Amino acid sequence: MCGIVGLFLKDKALEPQLGALLTDMLITMTDRGPDSAGIAIYGDKADGRAKLTVQSDQADTVFADLADTLGTAIGSAVKLTRKDTHAVLDVPADKIAEARAALKTVAPDARVMSAGETIEIYKEVGLPKDVAARFDLSKMHGTHGIGHTRMATESAVTTMGAHPFNTGPDQCLVHNGSLSNHNSLRRKLRRDGVHIETQNDTEVGAAYLTWRMQHGATLGEALESSLSDLDGFFTFVVGTEDGFGVVRDPIACKPAVMAETDQYVAFGSEYRALVNLPGIEDARVWEPEPATVYFWKH
Amino acid sequence: MQTFDLAADGLRTLNATLHAQAETTNQTTWEIINPKGSHAIAVGLDAPIEVNVKGSTGYYCAGMNKQATVHVHGSAGPGVAENMMSGTVIVEGDASQYAGATGHGGTLIIKGNASSRCGISMKGIDIIVHGNIGHMSAFMAQSGNLVVCGDAGDALGDSLYEARLFVRGSVKSLGADCIEKEMRPEHLEILAELLERGGCDAKPEEFKRYGSARQLYNFKPDNAY
Repeated sequence: MCGIVGLFLKDKALEPQLGALLTDMLITMTDRGPDSAGIAIYGDKADGRAKLTVQSDQADTVFADLADTLGTAIGSAVKLTRKDTHAVLDVPADKIAEARAALKTVAPDARVMSAGETIEIYKEVGLPKDVAARFDLSKMHGTHGIGHTRMATESAVTTMGAHPFNTGPDQCLVHNGSLSNHNSLRRKLRRDGVHIETQNDTEVGAAYLTWRMQHGATLGEALESSLSDLDGFFTFVVGTEDGFGVVRDPIACKPAVMAETDQYVAFGSEYRALVNLPGIEDARVWEPEPATVYFWKH
Repeated sequence: MQTFDLAADGLRTLNATLHAQAETTNQTTWEIINPKGSHAIAVGLDAPIEVNVKGSTGYYCAGMNKQATVHVHGSAGPGVAENMMSGTVIVEGDASQYAGATGHGGTLIIKGNASSRCGISMKGIDIIVHGNIGHMSAFMAQSGNLVVCGDAGDALGDSLYEARLFVRGSVKSLGADCIEKEMRPEHLEILAELLERGGCDAKPEEFKRYGSARQLYNFKPDNAY
């Protein structure tokens, strides 16, 4: 069992409240996943800049002079904004790959949570309310976001096993369910040069989508093919720079509820996660169909 | 009428209060406000009372119901009226997966659509759905009636026993050993009563009947010990 929440805003007036709304939804899903929690939030975009969100268990030492050392390594100014065990590194957009590569040398104890122009991913082990408080999630603003509460079944309870997983620039994946062919698929993807860090099943799902897109598939196509290539139970919610999508496996035993109004499209593992959203009483509420890809874009 | 605010007084108090109602209670009508998708609302009731839930419910609303009428003025989460014994459960909106699962008796009326596995392993319950039902509905259904005024999803009635399935619209696919059967006068009569009970605006003649072909292993006497 896990909990998923997602909120895609159509009404710009709600953007300052995105973090607060998502935090409330996330905490409501605590009893579906008390092990760990995470959130991907799509916020400000600055022309020519990109963001690397990194995490470290030795944040005090690792982040102390990271902006300077990374800036020297890539030959550009880097701005670091720290939040608890995470830090957002603001780098020139055309140097994001270089910065990511340089991190391995200048900060080997820092782990990249996300990379992209607008995405920031924060995730840690602990109760959702504690994780939300550590990162001050309720104060964040943005256009859309996805959150996950984890009850681990397939691998250890660790930061790297928490969701969301960054699948490509500004893309992320969260998962409720369990994949049963993740070991064979991991071997296959690794042979193809795909980097997979943990024994986690969802990371393989995320790597699979990344790999399909590297071979020319669109996100929609990658999600379609996941229906035949991934074996197991899944409700996936994916985030992109300008939208979010939902797909459930053909058996569809992992719950999902959606709500849409003129102001937003919302996703919850249960209706309970949606009850405090503005105007929910008059929203169109429905259960997404099995084996069907849904997508909303700005 | 008794009003119970679930947000203020909590689920355990609610269910304990409803369980305390005896056969002869004079508090026969209850209204539950602020359900907010909570789990296990009005489960295990065993008194001739009417409970109106003013909003949508989460998992297992009205499970194991006996005698009571539970009316959900919203949509219901997974497992509504699961293992019902008698009484009536009405859902004004949609019902999520496995509505009415394993029900032994009583009537479940869903005014909207029901999701996958509706009536799975039903054992005597009557389920009347005004809209559509999802895949794997009435899987291993043993007894009772499932009426669907809309369409049915994939694998309807897989490994069916003696339950009767009536569908007005299309059936995406039939499950193993489920076949269309002749609609005889006695079936039209049964269906007419069910449609009236469910408040459906539909005629029995518009429906097709599906049932078990009785060809699976367990139907062969030679396989009996």
